[in-house]
Amino acid sequence: MAATSTTVHGAGPIAGSRSFIDRVRDGDEIARLVTFVFAGVTVLITLLLVIELWTGSAASRHKFGLNFFFTRVWDPNSGDFGALPFIYGTLVTSAIALAIAVPLGIGAAIFLAELAPARVSDTLQFFIDLLAAVPSVIYGVLGVFIFIPLMREYIQPALSNTLGFIPLFSGPAYGIGFLTAGIVLAIMVIPYIISVSREVLLSVPRDQREAALALGSTRWESTWKVVVPFARTGIMGSIFLALARALGETMAVTMVIGNTPNISASLFSPGYSIAAVIANEFTEATGDLYLQALIELGLVLFLLTFILNGLARILIVATSQRGGGGH
Amino acid sequence: MLRRFSALFVVALATSVSLYSQGNLLINGAGATFPNPIYSKWFDDYHKANANIQINYQPVGSGAGIKQVTEGTVDFGGSDGPMNDEQMKAYQDKHGSPILHFPTVLGAAVPTYNIPGVSQTLNFTPEALAGIFLGRVTKWNDPLIASANKGVNLPAKDIVVVHRSDGSGTTYIWTDYLSKVSDDWKNKVGKGTSINWPVGLGGKGSEGVTGLVKQTPNSMAYVELTYAAQNNIPFGAVKNSAGSFVKADLASVTAAAANSSKDMPADFRVSITNGPGKTAYPISSFTWLLIPSKFSDAAKRDALKTFIKWALKDGQNSVEALSYGKLPKEVAAKELKALDQVQ
Repeated sequence: MAATSTTVHGAGPIAGSRSFIDRVRDGDEIARLVTFVFAGVTVLITLLLVIELWTGSAASRHKFGLNFFFTRVWDPNSGDFGALPFIYGTLVTSAIALAIAVPLGIGAAIFLAELAPARVSDTLQFFIDLLAAVPSVIYGVLGVFIFIPLMREYIQPALSNTLGFIPLFSGPAYGIGFLTAGIVLAIMVIPYIISVSREVLLSVPRDQREAALALGSTRWESTWKVVVPFARTGIMGSIFLALARALGETMAVTMVIGNTPNISASLFSPGYSIAAVIANEFTEATGDLYLQALIELGLVLFLLTFILNGLARILIVATSQRGGGGH
Repeated sequence: MLRRFSALFVVALATSVSLYSQGNLLINGAGATFPNPIYSKWFDDYHKANANIQINYQPVGSGAGIKQVTEGTVDFGGSDGPMNDEQMKAYQDKHGSPILHFPTVLGAAVPTYNIPGVSQTLNFTPEALAGIFLGRVTKWNDPLIASANKGVNLPAKDIVVVHRSDGSGTTYIWTDYLSKVSDDWKNKVGKGTSINWPVGLGGKGSEGVTGLVKQTPNSMAYVELTYAAQNNIPFGAVKNSAGSFVKADLASVTAAAANSSKDMPADFRVSITNGPGKTAYPISSFTWLLIPSKFSDAAKRDALKTFIKWALKDGQNSVEALSYGKLPKEVAAKELKALDQVQ
């Protein structure tokens, strides 16, 4: 990311020193215009999405107001709709996923970029890219047939026997629920973290490493104290890519989460996520208010992604001022 | 070379356009997923017999079907539950003429379960089913279940209830039945394609529900008869309003419809759950085509009417092979008369 911004800024003064006609003739101006339109389209799509979600949920927004965020009931028959259990489920499963995927993913990326021989690194990268391309329904099926029995028979009983005094690991073991959904999500997002982080680590200039080694640090010290901080911005980017993916994942989550609008301290209990409830109920949603409440859930998910992305930017700015890499 | 290609292209385009103008008629429908297998077969068979008529059906769900036919974006709809009065009025207000319901085939929802050590077919009373799904009957050896299953060694284990998480016509039939047999269910939960479940885990689609039941010991759920029959899923018998325990099959489902057909309302919007008759399976239902009573396009109207006539007679012969219940003859005869209302 840092590399691209340098080239763009570098091109500025050169382009400015020639006349407009020259620039059109060279194609610079045309290229600028075309790429500007392309970039503008993404903004336009986002805007249209927000407008569509906003107008499509008008009746629901008027009826429930801010209570929509704090109501636990979701009853299509009586027309009572609240988003709280779905927001909770989305945040909890994504948090579990990141808690597992971030250390694993970054650890693997450091190994692949810094420690592994190039041939091993490239071969493994091939498999990681393959994992990233697996459709989510496959992960869902994997969850249903492998993880659910595994969780119910072994992992959940083991957890509740040892850590059962913590509310997080108490309650009956169905095999499905927040924890299983979080683990499946973690498996899905790890390839993103590894892939992007590895690329970022590889792009750290060689002289940074050499300087650290010349100052007498060990290989691990140069990796951990120089290379990783230098690449911090990019690694953060990979984590937020993973988070965005986890927040919006639908198919794999709905297959293992239990689809019950439920707020419970126990990670073993079934829950529901925003994306899953929209996918489940949208097609059969009869009645305007019901449909609009589902669209409002879409708006809430958008808002959630927006807020978390904003927090991410702030975090990046805050850390890059201390760290070395962000320029 | 390029010129020759473009010439060919123009010829091809011209032929296809002229083929269309020779009266190739395209009719679009959308709605319930449950009858989609039989509808696909019907439309395909009908197209083979009448090459100029092509009927497309998108299985997008009953709710979406009702919405699309009301908005006028499709020519007809399909629904697993009859449209309610509010929806009928919305259609009337928009189009100035009512929409008509035509039952096409029958389906049923059956109770399935997975109790380790129990291989017998279980009997369920309405009280037991309502109790289990309300979360009041929580153990398999509860007297409400055990009294109807003498000689079965039911464990003292918690019942894990599984239901559909996606909006579904099967859920509609199931909850319509529970609303009829239990006042508590009717007042606290109600009926619908998606409802606020008092207990249980949600599985996506019939396959999701079945998967959860197969994997979770001591669980129970409902699935549609078609799905259970085609996948050899064991299911229990349900006590009907005449007091006999009936296991769902095509005959008992059609029997439920036949017994209810005497009181069939003129608009066919009828629920036949918990209907009369000793051999009737109580959790049965029609599925409906939603046909506008006024068409602006006479060719489309005539084609659709001829198709429905065909589906009510010849089409019924292919119904049972796909595990749907046939329409009783009296109902089909009534519908043929009602077709005159389509203008």
